Amino acid sequence: MTNDPTPMLHATGISKFFPGTIALDDVEITLNRGEIHALLGENGAGKSTLIKCLTGVYRRDGGEITLDGKHVNPQSTNHSQILGIGTVYQEVNLLPNLTVAENLHLGRQPMYGPFVARRAMNAAAKKSLLEFGIDIDPAQPLSDYPVAIQQIVAIARAVEMSGKVLILDEPTASLDLDEVKLLFSVIRQLKARGIAVVFITHFLDQVFEICDRATVLRNGQVVGTRELNQVSQTDIISLMLGRQLEARLQEPKPKSSGTLLLQIKELGKSGMLAPFNLNIHKGEVVGLAGLLGSGRTETANLIFGAVKADFGQLKLHNKHIQINNPRDAVAHGFALCPEDRKTEGIVGDLSVRENIILALQARQGWLRPISRRKVDEIAQHYVRTLDIRLANLEMPIRLLSGGNQQKVLLARWLATDPDFLILDEPTRGIDIGAHSEIIALIGQLQKDGMALLVASSEMEELVTYANRVIVLRDHKQVGELTGAEITSNNIIRAIAAETEHEGIA
Amino acid sequence: MIRSTHLPLIATLFTFLLAYALCAWQFPAMLSTRVVANLLTDNAFLGIVAVGMTFVILSGGIDLSVGSVIAFTGVFLAVVLRDTSIPPMMAFALVLFITSAFGAAMGATIHYLEMPPFIVTLAGMFLARGAAYVMSTDSIPITHEFYDVLQSLYWKSAGGGRFRIIGGIMILTFIVAAIIAHRTKFGQNVYALGGGATTARLMGVPVASTTIKIYAISGGLAGLSGIVFSLYTSAGYSLATVGVELDAIAAVVIGGTLLTGGYGFIAGTFFGILIMGLIQTYIVFDGTLSSWWTKIVIGGLLFAFILLQKGLTWASTKRKKAVIGLDTQS
Repeated sequence: MTNDPTPMLHATGISKFFPGTIALDDVEITLNRGEIHALLGENGAGKSTLIKCLTGVYRRDGGEITLDGKHVNPQSTNHSQILGIGTVYQEVNLLPNLTVAENLHLGRQPMYGPFVARRAMNAAAKKSLLEFGIDIDPAQPLSDYPVAIQQIVAIARAVEMSGKVLILDEPTASLDLDEVKLLFSVIRQLKARGIAVVFITHFLDQVFEICDRATVLRNGQVVGTRELNQVSQTDIISLMLGRQLEARLQEPKPKSSGTLLLQIKELGKSGMLAPFNLNIHKGEVVGLAGLLGSGRTETANLIFGAVKADFGQLKLHNKHIQINNPRDAVAHGFALCPEDRKTEGIVGDLSVRENIILALQARQGWLRPISRRKVDEIAQHYVRTLDIRLANLEMPIRLLSGGNQQKVLLARWLATDPDFLILDEPTRGIDIGAHSEIIALIGQLQKDGMALLVASSEMEELVTYANRVIVLRDHKQVGELTGAEITSNNIIRAIAAETEHEGIA
Repeated sequence: MIRSTHLPLIATLFTFLLAYALCAWQFPAMLSTRVVANLLTDNAFLGIVAVGMTFVILSGGIDLSVGSVIAFTGVFLAVVLRDTSIPPMMAFALVLFITSAFGAAMGATIHYLEMPPFIVTLAGMFLARGAAYVMSTDSIPITHEFYDVLQSLYWKSAGGGRFRIIGGIMILTFIVAAIIAHRTKFGQNVYALGGGATTARLMGVPVASTTIKIYAISGGLAGLSGIVFSLYTSAGYSLATVGVELDAIAAVVIGGTLLTGGYGFIAGTFFGILIMGLIQTYIVFDGTLSSWWTKIVIGGLLFAFILLQKGLTWASTKRKKAVIGLDTQS
C-alpha cells in the first residue's frame, strides 16, 4: 500500500476569498501514502483556511481535490470523514461527558436491533486503543483521562472513521514531553499503515523529528514544499517569514534605566507559593523560568491580585500599596496577560475593537464612556503597531488565529498604558512569525521604560530579552541570573541544581 | 465501582429512601399501598412531563412551554369531546400530533434561527396558553363514557391501594424513555448535544434532527401529560397547570440531572418526582402544616442539589488538576 506511487490526496488551485481578503490563492498540496507532511506558515498564512477547505468546513471558491485517485467535493466535516479525511484539533473535540467508547463510536455504534450494543462497543474500543499502545477502561467518562489520552482517542476515532488522510492541527500544543513521545509513536504507526498525515504545529523541532516533507504557506500562497532531510530549520524559517529572523534575535538588549519601580517583600500564599522578594526597575525585563507547575503563573497571579496573597507587602515608587484584587492592580498601573487566553483572556463573541478597549474602559469606569472616535483610534493604532491581521475591526475575536488573538490581548493592556506589565506565556501556542514579533515588541516596550515580568517555559526566549531571570522550582524561588549569566544552559542548571541539592540533603 | 457521574443519582435515591423512612417512622400508615398508589396517581401527569423535560435539559436546553401545553391539551380534549363526535382515541391521537408538531416547530426555531431555548419556549408558553384561552376560558367538564371506562380501570392490591391506569402510563413512559436515553443512538446524541453542541456537530451528530426530535418529544409528552391530567380531573381548564414547567424542572434537577446538560439519568427524574410527591403526602398526613410548605421544602431541596452539583464539578476539576500536577512532576 505504501508503495503505491499515486498520491493519497492531491489538491490544486484551491482558492478562498473572504470579504476584503484573499485567504487562499491557487494553493497546491500533495500528500503521499504513508507520509507525514508538515503544513507550516505564520499566523494568518492560511493553514487553517486550507484545512477547512479540504474538510468541507468552508466552501472553497476554486480548485479541485483528488483523494485516492477520485475527485471529491467534501460538503461538511461529516462528509469529509466519510470520504476518508479525518481531522483532530488542538482542543480535543470530543465530549467529556460521554465515555471513551461512546466518543470513539458516536454516530456508528455497533447495534443490536434498535439498541446500542454497549458491551460490543466497549470491547471494540478497548481493542482499537490497545493497538495504539494505551490500555484504559473505555467505559469510563473521557474527562477522567489526561489530555494526551484524550488526544489519542480523538486520533483513533478519526483514523477509524476515515483512514486515508489524517489532519492533526497543533496536536502537541498542550502536551508535555512524555505525552508528545506517546503521540509520535502513534503517528508513526499511522504512517506505517499507509495513512497520509498532515501535521500542523509551530514547534519546528517536532517537525524535523517526525515529518518527511513540509509545505510552507505565506499570505495564502504556497511558497515552497521541501524534503525535510535536505533543508535546515533556518531555511524553513526564512521560507515562512520571507525575511531573516536571526538578525532580530541578536539585537543587544536595552539596559534598564535603574529607577526602582516596584518592591515586593515576602509576598506569598501558603500551599501555593513560598514568600519571595523581588525588585523591579523601570525599563527592565524580569524573566520567570521554571518547569510547568513550578509556580510561574502563581507568581504572576499573586502580584496582580488575581489570587489574594496571605502575606507580604508591595511598595510602588517607594509607597506602600495594597492589592487585593485585579482592580486594585489595574488602578496602580499594572497589567496582566494571562496564560490561557481562551478562558481567561478573550471574550470570543465581542469584536476585536471591543476586546481591545475592554481594560481601558474598565479602568475609566463605566460612567465615563470613551467616545467611539477615540475607541476606533486606539484600536486602529494597535492593530497597526502590533501588525494584527484581520479583515476588519468589527469581526469577532474568536475568528482570529492564536497569535493574532494574543496580540489583541496585548493591545488591550497596552491601551491602559501600564507602568508594569506581566506576561504569562506570551508566546504559547502561536507560530514563529508572531513569536518573533512579540519578542521584538517586548524589547520595544522595555526601551520605552516599561517594567515587564515575563513568565515563559521557553528558555531561549527568556535569554533573548530578559535582564534578569528568576528561577522557580516547586513553588519556590531558587535562583536569580543576571546579565551575561543568562544562558539557556545556566537556567537549566539552576532548575536542576536544586534537585541535586535535595538529593544530597 | 461508583462513578462520579452516578453520584447525583445515588444522592437522589438516598434522599428518597431517607425521606420515606422518616415519613414512615412518624406515620407508619405511609407505608401502605394506598399511599404508594396515590403517590403514583397524583404525580402521573407531572412525571410524564418531567420525562420530556429530562431529555431537553440533558441536551442543554429548557422547555418552558409544557405547562401551557398541558392546559391546551385539556381544553382541546374537552371542547372536541363536547362539540364533535370524534371518538376519544382519535382525539388523543390528534392532540398528541398537534403537541409533538408544536414541540418540533420550537426545536426547529431553536436550531435554525439559533435562538436560545429559553426565549423560544417562553414564546411557546404564551402561544399555547393563549390558544387554550381562545378555545374556552371556562372549566369544561368532560363527560364521556370512554373516560368513565378508563377511570374505572385499576388494579386493587393487597392493603386497598388502587393502582390506576394513569400511574401505569407514567411508569411505562419512564421505562421507555430510559431505554431510549441510555440504549439508543438518539439517546447518545442527546447526551452528546449536552456535552457541547459545536463538538457534537464536528463529531457528526445530526444536530438539527436531534434538537427537533428532543423538543417534539417534550411537546408530545406534555400532550400525553395533558391527556392524563384530563383523565385525572375529568375537565379541561385553560387556567390549569400554571407553573408546572417549573415543577418539572425542579423534579429533573432534584433527580440529579445537571442543568447545564450532558449529565443525568431518566431514573433520577422518577425519584425526583417521588420525593416531591412524598413531601406533599407528608404535609397532608401532618394536617397542621400549610400546603405551601411543600414549595419551601422543594426550594430547599433544589438549593441543596444545586450545591451538590457545584461541589461535584468542583471536586472533579480539582481531581483533574491533581492528575496533571502529578504528570508534570514525573
